[in-house]
Amino acid sequence: MDKTTVLGKNRSGVDISPIDIKQMMSLAKVTPASSPGDEKAIAQMREEYIAEADVIGSVPLPGTLKGMASTAMEKLMGKSPEGFIDKLGCRLAFERTGVRLYDALITKCSTAPMSSNISLDRLNEFRNEEFQHFKLVENAIRSIGADPTAQTPSADVDGVISLGLIQVLTDPRTSVAHCLEAMLTAELADNDGWRMLIMLAEKMGMEDMARDFQQALREEDEHLVSIRQWFKEMVIKDTVGT
Amino acid sequence: MALNLFEDKGCPLDRQRFTWKELVQPPISKLDDDAFTRVRVILMNGMEMEAIRFSHGCARMNREWQLPLAQLRIVEQHQATMINGLLGADHSTLETTIAYEQVAIEVTAAVAQNEPDEYLAQVYRFGMLEDFDHLYRYSAMLDRLEGKDANNILQCYTDIVPGRPTIVEHRAPQDNLREHYDRLRAAPITKLHALTIMSSEQQTQNFYLNVAPMYADPVVRQLYTEIASIEEQHVTQYESIIDPRETWLEKWLLHEANEVYNYYSCVQQETNPRIKAIWERCLDYELGHLQVAIEMFKQYERRDPAEVLPGDLPEPIKFESQREFVRRILNQEVDLRARGTQFVNKSQEGVESQQYRQHLNASGSPTNTVAAGYEWFAGTELARDGEATREKYVRGQKIAH
Repeated sequence: MDKTTVLGKNRSGVDISPIDIKQMMSLAKVTPASSPGDEKAIAQMREEYIAEADVIGSVPLPGTLKGMASTAMEKLMGKSPEGFIDKLGCRLAFERTGVRLYDALITKCSTAPMSSNISLDRLNEFRNEEFQHFKLVENAIRSIGADPTAQTPSADVDGVISLGLIQVLTDPRTSVAHCLEAMLTAELADNDGWRMLIMLAEKMGMEDMARDFQQALREEDEHLVSIRQWFKEMVIKDTVGT
Repeated sequence: MALNLFEDKGCPLDRQRFTWKELVQPPISKLDDDAFTRVRVILMNGMEMEAIRFSHGCARMNREWQLPLAQLRIVEQHQATMINGLLGADHSTLETTIAYEQVAIEVTAAVAQNEPDEYLAQVYRFGMLEDFDHLYRYSAMLDRLEGKDANNILQCYTDIVPGRPTIVEHRAPQDNLREHYDRLRAAPITKLHALTIMSSEQQTQNFYLNVAPMYADPVVRQLYTEIASIEEQHVTQYESIIDPRETWLEKWLLHEANEVYNYYSCVQQETNPRIKAIWERCLDYELGHLQVAIEMFKQYERRDPAEVLPGDLPEPIKFESQREFVRRILNQEVDLRARGTQFVNKSQEGVESQQYRQHLNASGSPTNTVAAGYEWFAGTELARDGEATREKYVRGQKIAH
C-alpha cells in the first residue's frame, strides 16, 4: 500500500523561518495588546446574543393532529410528539447523508492505490443498509402521521455537524485513511443516535418501531466495527509499516 | 526582458477557450505552497473580478460596445473561476481572510515604495496601516474561535501586532475622498498601482460582505461587519485617486494593461511551476484582450494608445515580505488621520469623523472585543500559556533534582 502521509516542505510552522520568527516574536513581545481584557469579552458578546436569540426552527405539525386519526398517533397523545418527531427526522436525514458519504468513500477506495483489507463489496453493503435505514425511518415517520420530507431542527443541526465530513470525503487530496477517520466520526455518532432513538421509541410506547430499530442498530454496530478496524489497520501500516 | 504592450500581441481572443476541467484545477496546498503563491491567487482573483465589474458597468453605459465587451468578459469570467478555484477547501473562511489581509499589507507596501507620486504613496501607506490592524484582529479571532495560529497562513512574512486601531478608522464620508492623479501627467505606473490596489480592496470588501453570514457566531459576524465597513472606505479612497476624466475606453485600456502587468509580475516570481503555467496562460490571454481594447480605442477615440499606455511594462510588483518598511511606517505614521483629502495628526482630526464613529461604536467595537488583551504567540496564545506552565514545570523538576 502507498503511504498516505508523506514528508515534504510543509511551510506552516515557524521552524522553516528561523530568522523571521525571531523578528516576529520579539516585536510581538514588546507590543502590548491594543485594548485591555481577554477572551471573556467574546463570551460576553455571545451571551448578549444568546439572550435575544430565537430558536433555529420548529417541528411541523403532524397531519394527524389536524384531524387524521392514527393508532400510532393516539399513543403519542399526552406526551410530546414534537421531540420524538424531531429525533426521527434527525435520524432520517443522517441516514440519507450516510448513503452519500458511503458513495464518496466507495469512489475514493475504488481509485486509491491500496491493498488493504477494505472490501468494496462490504462498503456497498453498508451503503445499501444506510439506505434501508433511511426508508425504515421514513415509514416510521409516516406511520405517526408526520411529514418525512420536512427538515426538523435536529436534522438541520446534524447537517451542520456533517458538513466537515462531506468536505473530507469529497476532497480529491484526502487519503483513504483520512476518509475512514471521517466515517468513524459519522458511525460513532450514528450508533449513539440509534440507541437514543430506540430508547425514545420504547418510552413513547412504540414497541414495534423500537424492534425494527434494533435490527438497524445491529447493522450499524457492524459498520462501526469494520470502519474502526480498517482505520486502525491503515494507520498502523502507514506509521509502523506492518 | 521587459514585455512590450504594443509588440507582444498574445493569444488572439478567438483562440481563448476553456473546458470545465481546466476551469477547476487542483488547488494549491495550504500547508506546502509558499504564502506568496496564495497572495498572488487572491490578488489575481481580485483583478479578474474588477475586470468583470468594469466591463458590466461599461456595457450598461455604451450600447455600441456591448458585443466586444461580452466577448472579452466571458473569458475574464472563466479566468476568475480558474484562479479563485486554486484556493483549497481546507482553508476556513477566517484563514482565507488572514490571507486576504496579507495581500493587502504586502502588496500595498510594495506599491507604496514604488509609487513616484509622493501624495499617492502617502495614501497607500495610510491604507496599509489600517489593513495591518485588521490582520491582528482577524488573527485574534482565528485563535479564539478555531484555536488556530494565523502564522500557519502568513508563514512568518507578516507581523501580527496592532496597527492604527480599527475602532478609530471609521470616518465621515468626506474624509475618505482623496485627490486624483492627473491622467495627462501621471506616470503609467501610477495608474497601474491605483487600479491594482482599488481592485484588490474592492474584492476584499465583497468577500467580507459575502462571508459574514457563513459564521454562526455573532461575534464573527460583527467582526466582518466592522472591517467590511473600513474596506468600503478603502474602496472609496482608492477609486477617488483615479482620474474621473478618463474616458470609458481609456479606462478599458488601462484595465487590460493592468491585468497584463499583474500577470507579468506573477509569472516572474511564481515558485510553483503548475501555477506559473496558469499565470503564463492568463498573461497571454490578457495581451490578446489588450489588443482588442487598443483597436477599439483607435477606432472610436481616434487617439494613439501610446498617449495612455507605456510601451515597455514597468518593473513587476515585488511579492516579498515588506517587514522593515511596514514597521517603519507603523512607527512613524500610526497616529495619522484623514481630514478631507489630506492627512493630519490625530489631534487635528475633524469633528464629523469623530461624531460619526462615536455613534457606530456606541454599543462597543467588535474589533476591540475579539482582540481584548490579545498578544500573538507562535502556536496560538494557548501555547504561550502552555510555555509558562512548562517553564514552571521544568523549574520544579530542577529544584526537585
